Amino acid sequence: MATQSNVLTNIGQVETRAAKRRFRLKLGDIFLYGLMVLLAFIFIFPFFWTVSSSLKTVQELRQFPPTWLPASPQWVNYNKVLTAVPFLLWTYNSLFVVTLNTLGVVLSASIVSYSFARFRYRGRDFIFMLTLATLMLPAQVTLIPQFVLFHKMGWINTLLPLWVPAWFGGGAFAIFLIRQFIMALPRELDEAAIIDGAGYFRIFWQILAPLCKPVLATIFVISFIANWNDFVNPLIYLQIPEKFTLAVGLNYFKQFPEMGGEPTDHLLMAASVMIIAPVILLFFATQRYFVQGIVMSGLKG
Amino acid sequence: MAVAQANLPVQRQSPGLVGKIVGAKSLLERREALWGYVFLLPWLIGLIIFWIGPILASAYFSLMEYDVLSPPKFIGIENYVRAFTADKQFWPSLWRTLYYSIAVVPLGLLGSLGLAMLLNRKYKGTNIFRTFFFLPHLTPAVALAVLWIWLFHPSVGPINTFLEWAFHIDGPGWLKDKNWAMPALIIISLWAGVGGNSMLIFLAGLQGVPQELLEAAEIDGAGPWTKFRHVTFPMISPTFLFNLILGIIGALKVFTLAFVATNGGPSWATWFYALHIYQQAFAYFRMGYGAALAWIFVVVLLIFTYMQLQISRRWVYYAGD
Repeated sequence: MATQSNVLTNIGQVETRAAKRRFRLKLGDIFLYGLMVLLAFIFIFPFFWTVSSSLKTVQELRQFPPTWLPASPQWVNYNKVLTAVPFLLWTYNSLFVVTLNTLGVVLSASIVSYSFARFRYRGRDFIFMLTLATLMLPAQVTLIPQFVLFHKMGWINTLLPLWVPAWFGGGAFAIFLIRQFIMALPRELDEAAIIDGAGYFRIFWQILAPLCKPVLATIFVISFIANWNDFVNPLIYLQIPEKFTLAVGLNYFKQFPEMGGEPTDHLLMAASVMIIAPVILLFFATQRYFVQGIVMSGLKG
Repeated sequence: MAVAQANLPVQRQSPGLVGKIVGAKSLLERREALWGYVFLLPWLIGLIIFWIGPILASAYFSLMEYDVLSPPKFIGIENYVRAFTADKQFWPSLWRTLYYSIAVVPLGLLGSLGLAMLLNRKYKGTNIFRTFFFLPHLTPAVALAVLWIWLFHPSVGPINTFLEWAFHIDGPGWLKDKNWAMPALIIISLWAGVGGNSMLIFLAGLQGVPQELLEAAEIDGAGPWTKFRHVTFPMISPTFLFNLILGIIGALKVFTLAFVATNGGPSWATWFYALHIYQQAFAYFRMGYGAALAWIFVVVLLIFTYMQLQISRRWVYYAGD
């Protein structure tokens, strides 16, 4: 009897301890969830503030204490940006560079990756090592001679330096990622096609490239966003406002605290929103591919 | 292909001199190798024009006085001597960059890891939170700088308003104050960076930690810290090293944020090394001197990476070994 009750109390004790533990876990979870919400607020707030500021009048923007929301949203601010600076022209320039650059990266990197992944020839592994080594080199080293080169070619103040290089292999990051992907595809596919009489280019174009869609989408999104956001290259190669891309255009706009007697602070906010929004929309639409690419580079690198 | 070769010994003709050069033992292999070079060609040209050529040219320029318009003049190691002895902003900009990196890299890594561990608890809405944390990383650095200039506005910015409201503190001038510009840039970098690529990579690493190991540790009575210290951390240490090295390289290269938000000021307070190179090369057109500065930078980066790899042997655990 005694032992039985002992066992029972023991079980009871164990149960209360487990319950306590569960309860503590719950409290911990509530705390952590609250922390996550707070952090999300900190990350989102600056965006909210920018959008809100972009819809205020200058007086409202400079009033103390600042207001959370504009008294009446000034959508006209967005129109004013379009007339204050050649914003549409800069958008066109940005889209032009981004499209041609991204296309060049996707096409040329995939064909180069095909070579690295499927062919055997002397020097292949050495060249691949060199390719990876370029990832380590800071851009400053190559920037100066590249500037001199493009200067000699008369390409300064043209958009050419911003997209032509992308057609020559698309860079180590893209090559690395696509190569890994192709190497994971079964070689039997190629061999079956060879027996059916397909040439190497046909194998690439009709068999491997369609299978590479996920990784190509990843490269497309990453390259698109990197180009849209690029600042250093347009800063160096473009010196006249008509040739600016949005990133350097915004920096140029920022140097005019006033335009036509009116302060430009709220307009700068509106311009920023218009530059940020496309990237974020693209990210939402293609999030899966984007995240995959980053993770692949991290785990295999 | 191996079968085809065995059945048709005719195919095993000598691949000739070309075959020897490309490393082929048969005509078939020679054909494969030649096509390999064809597909490699764009990158081979790109590698030479945009990487190897410029690297050599940059080393060459660093020994020259060169302003692009007149032909380069050989001056030996004078550029390097000048950097170390005569350039008033060389050492300060280098130290400033190191100072910034020493603040941003550890805090950024801990922040990324912390966020990744929060997300890894798989609470409701994790995907949305991950997106929120990641958004700043997507934002163009120029826009980011413009937006933070307003957040940090000394009198009507929300940050100083909050400080006043919550703690009755008169907030500093932040980006406009020479003592506060650096901390302000560090705050912006952390905000922009902790939820970025490194967080995603940590998250993937954490998802790869075997659940059995964590459960076994729990049965042995390990608390949350012990589990982290002796199971989770060793398992993700290679990921940690990867993020650490990328983090250091990224921090040392800091440019756009400072260029737009403060333009290196006030009174040189945020004049980083990359700004110094930019100014010398592209504002003053001292291409030779800029190239020399860039090479010094490469050496600094190599030293840091090498040091990290050496130290990492003590704390990185490779499951495969």
